[in-house]
Amino acid sequence: MRSPARRRWLVGVVVTGAAALVARVAVAQSPRVIEVVARRFAFAPAEIPLKAGERVVLAVRSLDFMHGFSVPDLGLRADLLPGQVTRIELPPQRAGTIDFLCDNFCGDGHEQMHGRLLVSP
Amino acid sequence: MERRDFLALAAVGGGAVSSAGLAGCANPAAGRKDFYFVQLSDTHWGYRGPDNPDAALTLGKAVAAVNALAEPPDFIVFTGDLTHTTDDPVERRRRLAEFKSIVADLKVKTVRFLPGEHDASLDGGAAFKESFGDTHYVFDHGGVHFIALDNVSDPGARIGDAQLQWLQADLAARERGAPIVVLTHRPLFDLAPKWDWATRDGARAVELLMPFQNVTVFYGHIHQEHHRMTGHIAHHSAKSLVFALPAPGSQDKRTPLPWDAALPYKGLGWREIEAQAQGAAFKLTEFPVQRA
Repeated sequence: MRSPARRRWLVGVVVTGAAALVARVAVAQSPRVIEVVARRFAFAPAEIPLKAGERVVLAVRSLDFMHGFSVPDLGLRADLLPGQVTRIELPPQRAGTIDFLCDNFCGDGHEQMHGRLLVSP
Repeated sequence: MERRDFLALAAVGGGAVSSAGLAGCANPAAGRKDFYFVQLSDTHWGYRGPDNPDAALTLGKAVAAVNALAEPPDFIVFTGDLTHTTDDPVERRRRLAEFKSIVADLKVKTVRFLPGEHDASLDGGAAFKESFGDTHYVFDHGGVHFIALDNVSDPGARIGDAQLQWLQADLAARERGAPIVVLTHRPLFDLAPKWDWATRDGARAVELLMPFQNVTVFYGHIHQEHHRMTGHIAHHSAKSLVFALPAPGSQDKRTPLPWDAALPYKGLGWREIEAQAQGAAFKLTEFPVQRA
């Protein structure tokens, strides 16, 4: 018969192992976070390299205006409240180039405020 | 000279004529008559840049060209971006006032104005309203019902729930076969969303218009002539009077086409739109800034 101390030790091992497994799974499933800055009249970076199949979250900080972040080909858009970080999760993509733009008119230069996701194989 | 004869001569003299269908109109509404109006768009008064080194004079030349028409139009419409945008509210009002002063030289005094995003998006249309009144409205002419829709006072290019409800209520009073013309600035359909050439809730307006058999939309924004059908609804964009833009989605960036000193005003112009009492077609005639 095992002693109470031995049982506590075993429970501790199991719990610790499970926690480590959960952490590893969480790490494996966590999307990569890419910081982007939006300001009149550009995104930085304007070209964002991605890997095909990669899960990504864009953390977009708008500095000066409620810009829009629109990816028409993915049917994604968000308003970017000034002074805040807006998180936009991108589903895994195939290799190619995907355009994004500001779709809230922000002034003389709005038409130049766009960028591209460069998805490599 | 009969209007039709005049249009034929005008076409020979530099205009380009095409017919724009309102397919299926077999029952003209009571009160229909022949008439025509002129559409000018995207004058961007206040623009200074290499894409039109003549920008300070181009609008005046277009006004002179319209005034030179042998037969005056019944009315004139400006479908938005009257001025080039500025962050400065005082400068915005100054540009609107200058624009208004220049177009006051038009001989035809019935002139309808719509805002573009350059006029209205940074202040919710406040300065535009001070100069030109409401940003959305209706009027009737020659048996045709005209609806001016504002898809620019919201910087997010939305018509918005309130205006859509207003549109729905207005349409509820129309016969399904009534001839309807919608005037607006941005395309109501997704022409090139990656260039912001769309209206975010434009599909809802088109859905409201779909039950009506004879609907035609005239708009601006894209600085070129373009024609598209969404179902039976025809959409026609107008040329600009400041600089031309590339064909929708034809290149990475929507940068203006460069000014050609050998061919000044290339790609710029305005149009006549002729409505006929019999039948449903509108006849579009394109004109350059200056007549040859």
